[in-house]
Order: sequence, then C-alpha cells, then structure tokens
Amino acid sequence: MTKARFAAAAIALAASVQVAAAKEPLKVGALLAVTGPASFLGAPEARTLEMLVEDLNAKGGVDGHRIELIVKDTGGSPEKAISFAKQLVEEDGVFAIIGPATSGESIAVKTIAEESKTLLISCAAAEVIVTPVLAHVFKVAPKDSYAAEMIFRRMKKMGIKRIGLLSSNTGFGKAGKEQVEKLAPAHGIEIAASEVYDKAATDLTAEVTKLKAAKVQALLNWSIEPAQAIVIKNARQIGLKVPIFQSHGFANVQYAKAAGAAAEGVMFPASRVVVAEALSGKDPQKPVVATYKRQYETRYKEDVSTFGGHAWDALGILVRAVKEVGLDREKVRAAIENMKGFVGTAGVFNFAPDDHTGLAIDAFEMITVKNGKFVVLGK
Amino acid sequence: MSLELVLQYLVAGLTYGTIYAVVAVGFNIIYNTTGIINFAQGEFVMLGGMTAVTLHAFVPLPLAIAGAVLVTMAVGGLIEVLFIRWLSAPSVLRMIVITIGISILVREGALLVWGESVRSLPYFTGDEVSSLSLGGVHVSPQVLWSLGACLVIVAFLRVFFQHTSVGRQMRACAANRVAAALCGVPTRNLVTLSFVLSAGIGALAGCVVSPITYTSYGIGTGLAIKGFTVAILGGLGNSTAAVAAGFVVGILESFSVSLLPTAYKDAISVAILLAILFVRPSGLFGSAEVARLEAH
Repeated sequence: MTKARFAAAAIALAASVQVAAAKEPLKVGALLAVTGPASFLGAPEARTLEMLVEDLNAKGGVDGHRIELIVKDTGGSPEKAISFAKQLVEEDGVFAIIGPATSGESIAVKTIAEESKTLLISCAAAEVIVTPVLAHVFKVAPKDSYAAEMIFRRMKKMGIKRIGLLSSNTGFGKAGKEQVEKLAPAHGIEIAASEVYDKAATDLTAEVTKLKAAKVQALLNWSIEPAQAIVIKNARQIGLKVPIFQSHGFANVQYAKAAGAAAEGVMFPASRVVVAEALSGKDPQKPVVATYKRQYETRYKEDVSTFGGHAWDALGILVRAVKEVGLDREKVRAAIENMKGFVGTAGVFNFAPDDHTGLAIDAFEMITVKNGKFVVLGK
Repeated sequence: MSLELVLQYLVAGLTYGTIYAVVAVGFNIIYNTTGIINFAQGEFVMLGGMTAVTLHAFVPLPLAIAGAVLVTMAVGGLIEVLFIRWLSAPSVLRMIVITIGISILVREGALLVWGESVRSLPYFTGDEVSSLSLGGVHVSPQVLWSLGACLVIVAFLRVFFQHTSVGRQMRACAANRVAAALCGVPTRNLVTLSFVLSAGIGALAGCVVSPITYTSYGIGTGLAIKGFTVAILGGLGNSTAAVAAGFVVGILESFSVSLLPTAYKDAISVAILLAILFVRPSGLFGSAEVARLEAH
C-alpha cells in the first residue's frame, strides 16, 4: 500500500467514525411549485415543511436522525419536476420525496420514484397518481372522484341538472374533468358545455359567455390557478347568475380574496383545516388542525390552506413510519402502506396495500364563501 | 347566435384586445427611437402593477398609480443608463440579448421583493361583480377604464411623435442615428427618454389591467409575447396600428372560442399572425417602405 492510499483510507475511516457518532440524517427532498401559477399550493407547502423540520430538529430530530430538507422549486412545470426528481434521487440520494404539489407533476415523476425505490408522498389530488398502485408512491390529498361526488350530491339537492364545466389544461384540470364526465350521468347531470382554458389565462369572458349561451343551471370550474378567481369574476360581470361550484383546488382563501365580491356564495369541497374554528371539540381532527393553524399563522402571518396541510400530513406520515421501523426504506414503505388511524389535517388516514390515498369521502366538507371567509355550508 | 351573444363576444374580444394593445404600444416607443425590441417591456407592466398595489396600502388609488408610474419610469431610465447608454453602436442582436437579460433580472428582483403571491388593485369603479348593461350586453367598468387609458395613451403618443420637436427628434434618431447626431440631436438622451416613456406607459397599462388580469412577479413574459405579436401584426413603430391589431387579435380569439374549443385560442392568434406576415411582411398597417428600410 502506498503512502497516499494509506492516508486516504485513514481519512475515510475517520470520516466513517464521525458519521457513526451522530446518527445518519434523514434526507427529505421536496418538489414544490413555490413560484409560478401553482404557487398558492407549493408556497404554503414549502413554508409548512420548513417550519416543521425546524421544530423537529430543535427537538433532536426523528429518533436522533436530523432531518435534512432539500426544497426544489419546480415552478409548477412537469419538465422541471422530472429533472429535479432525478437530481434528488441520483445526486442527493434522498430517503423520500414530498410533493409534487400538482397532479401533472406528480404523474410525471411517479415512475422515477418507483424505479429508484425512493418513497414519493405526493401532495396532489388526481386519482391516477396512485391508480394503479405503485409500491413506493403515496398521496395525501383527497381523491378528485370524491370531490366530484360531493359536488354532485349538493347539485342534486339543489335540483341542478344541466351544468357548464370549465377546467384548466393542467394535470389537475384534466384528471378532474375526466372524473366529472365519468360520474355526472350516474347523478342525472348533463354537461351542456365543457371548455378547457390555458393555465395562464388572464380573462375568460368568452368562455363564460359560451356557458351562458348554453343556458346552464350551474357552473363548475376545475383548476388550481388564479384563473379560477378570474372565472367567477367574469361570470358575474356578464350577468351569469347561476350557482358556482369549484373543485377542492379552491381551498386557499387567497383565491376568494382575489375574486372579492364575486366569490360570495361559491361552493366547493375541502378538508376541514380551512374551517378549523368551526369544528366541534369532539372532532378527532380538532387538535391537529388547531395546532397547525396556530403555528403556521403566527409564524407566517397568512391564512392556512388545505395545501400547506398536505405537506404537514406527508411529513407527519413519513416521520411516524421512520419512528416505528427506523431508517430502512423498504420497512418504512411497508409501515406507511399498513398505517391506520393517522390523524392529519386532511382527515384520518387509513392506508392499505391497494389504497395509497388513505382518505375516505368523509374527509371532505362542503364549504362556501361568506363575507370573504370560508364557512361550512349547511346541510 | 343571437345578436346579444355576438355583442357579448365582441366585448370579451375588446377586453383581450385592450390588454394586448397597451403592451404593444410600449414596444413601439423604444422601437421608434432605437430600432430595437425591448423584451423587458412586459416587466415594466408588472412593475407598474406591483408598485401600485404596494403604494395603495398607504395612499389613495390615483396617487398610488401616479407613484407607480413615476417609480417605473425611474427604473426604466436607470436600466437604460446602466446597461445600454455606455455601449457604442451595439448590434441589434446584442441589444435584444441585453433586454432579455434585463427582463430576467427585473423578474427575479420582483420575486425577492414581493414574493410569489398574486395581487391586484381594486376596481377603479364598482367591484368584481359590477357591470354596465348596454342593451343586454354586460361590460365590466374596468374594461372601459382600460379602453379609455389605451386611447388616451395612443392620442398622446400621436401628438408627441408628430407634433413636438422632441418627438420628431426621437423619430430622426430611429431613422438614422448617426445623421441625427450630426444634426445636433442628443441621441443618447433621447434613447434614455424613450425607455422612461415606455416604462411609464407600461406601468400605466399594468395598473389599469391589474384588476382584470391580476398581477404577480411573473406576468411580464406572457404579456410581452402577446404584446409583441400584436406590435408585429400592426406594423412595428405604429402605435395606432398596434391598437387596431390588438382589437383584431382579441376579437378573433374571442369568437374562435364560440366555435372551437378554447384550447385553440392561442393557436388561432399565432396562425393569423403567420398568415398575415406571409402576405404582408410589414404588418397589417406597416408601409412596405419601412420594411425595406429595415432590410438594410
């Protein structure tokens, strides 16, 4: 052995001793649309993760494993999400990835996670992310089919039979549109007009005019971009006075604020975190959503959204699994797959080998906008 | 289609058209003086809107808008002085690359200052749901504000470029910078002035369309692409033509929605642009002479 080689071996040995002294860190990657059209989703998610990781590390990490969080801003672009996912897997060697925030990005990166056996806990809604089930891919946002179901139940109650559907040209919009079209006939609802608009749309007067011409009884919009606030303004401006329904993508009160007076009375399904104060003391979710709301709102001086909550749930699930079985990826995977009764902001999660969403339809509540605030819609 | 619907689509088209036109006009001013396309034009629109929203927290709306226009004008002037003024006889390509660089710089700067969230000014009159009903057709008052602002800007520019000494000097500067300098025209100052002017107009546009389209740090690029398309379509350098072209594109897009799925909206405006440029390379209203001049 030459001298140089000996020295290198000694250094390597010393380094490995040092690593053993402190426990191996838990490397978590996050693919989030912190900027761009989906920033109302990704930005609160990134902030939530940063807050949680800081708290957990201050308390000594997860069983002594310090959490190392690597946030990548995808800008909501599936192409960027793919290249960042590869970077997180190949260069950073992360243990798990949280995100992406949007459905389109999640669909784009799920095979990368599966092939590299990296855990992916998506914060997006589209059912196709976890159907068919991929062993390493989970998601914490409620399914879009449940959202459509909740909306249709309400429409039925209101006697609405003929609707106009608007959706954006994103993964979330497309997947939602498919679910709505699939489920509508079973509820006796006819989609009289359906339009897909660009995610960066700045005015949708022509689209709502088309719905008005089709004499619809209600407008249903399915998107996550600021365009969903524009839709409601434009509908009211041209005098389309029918009830307006939105998807669970509306669950950031910023959207309601952006639409101002036009948002009044808009109905949408969402998890209970946006109406935390209204929950009864007996609700199992009450302590979790109250804690999250208090911590987030004192730290960032802005209202909580369901989206930030998804990040809270995703990291919470990962941390619980790591605590149970240690830093072994396959064991953690199995632990998540069989996890029951995890109380999160979006609902109570009960995962199963054939269900990587874990949420039932009762995770949703119908919400409406009243005086610029989210309130529970009465029965 | 009933008459009422036709008119409603027309109104939608006018809304789109005004937004495109006010951005296109900004392109034309700098083009008129320097012969270059300033790809940071969209960022002026963004800066105007964002600054006004910030100022509006402290002062009434008209003051906030005036303040935003002044701030953006200062930024426009500063950009010219810092990045462009000291270049001696830069090539067109170099100027384009520089302006694209500036646009990225301004956008990232805005992200640092304002964050990623979407903001907007309040409606100048009424609110999000108010609309004027003109014979069954509904128009948001803000559309009329934008339309008015657009027409005022164009009228002002027309007078400025045709009937004032400074305006004429600016045109001379564009036609032949060396000759203009030889005649005693202070070409460098005029280029700075053109940046200041187009920043101001961009900012004003950013304020009036903000309640309709919302403002965030990244809106500049999208607006610039549409505005640029419209400027080319109208014939570069001609602000009145830009407005007309803006309406043509806006109205065609709006009616295309009534017949085809919305997904084709942008494809249609680009197809029209290509078709017109094949037939009339100098744009709808540009003169063939200008096109020849530019070929040199």
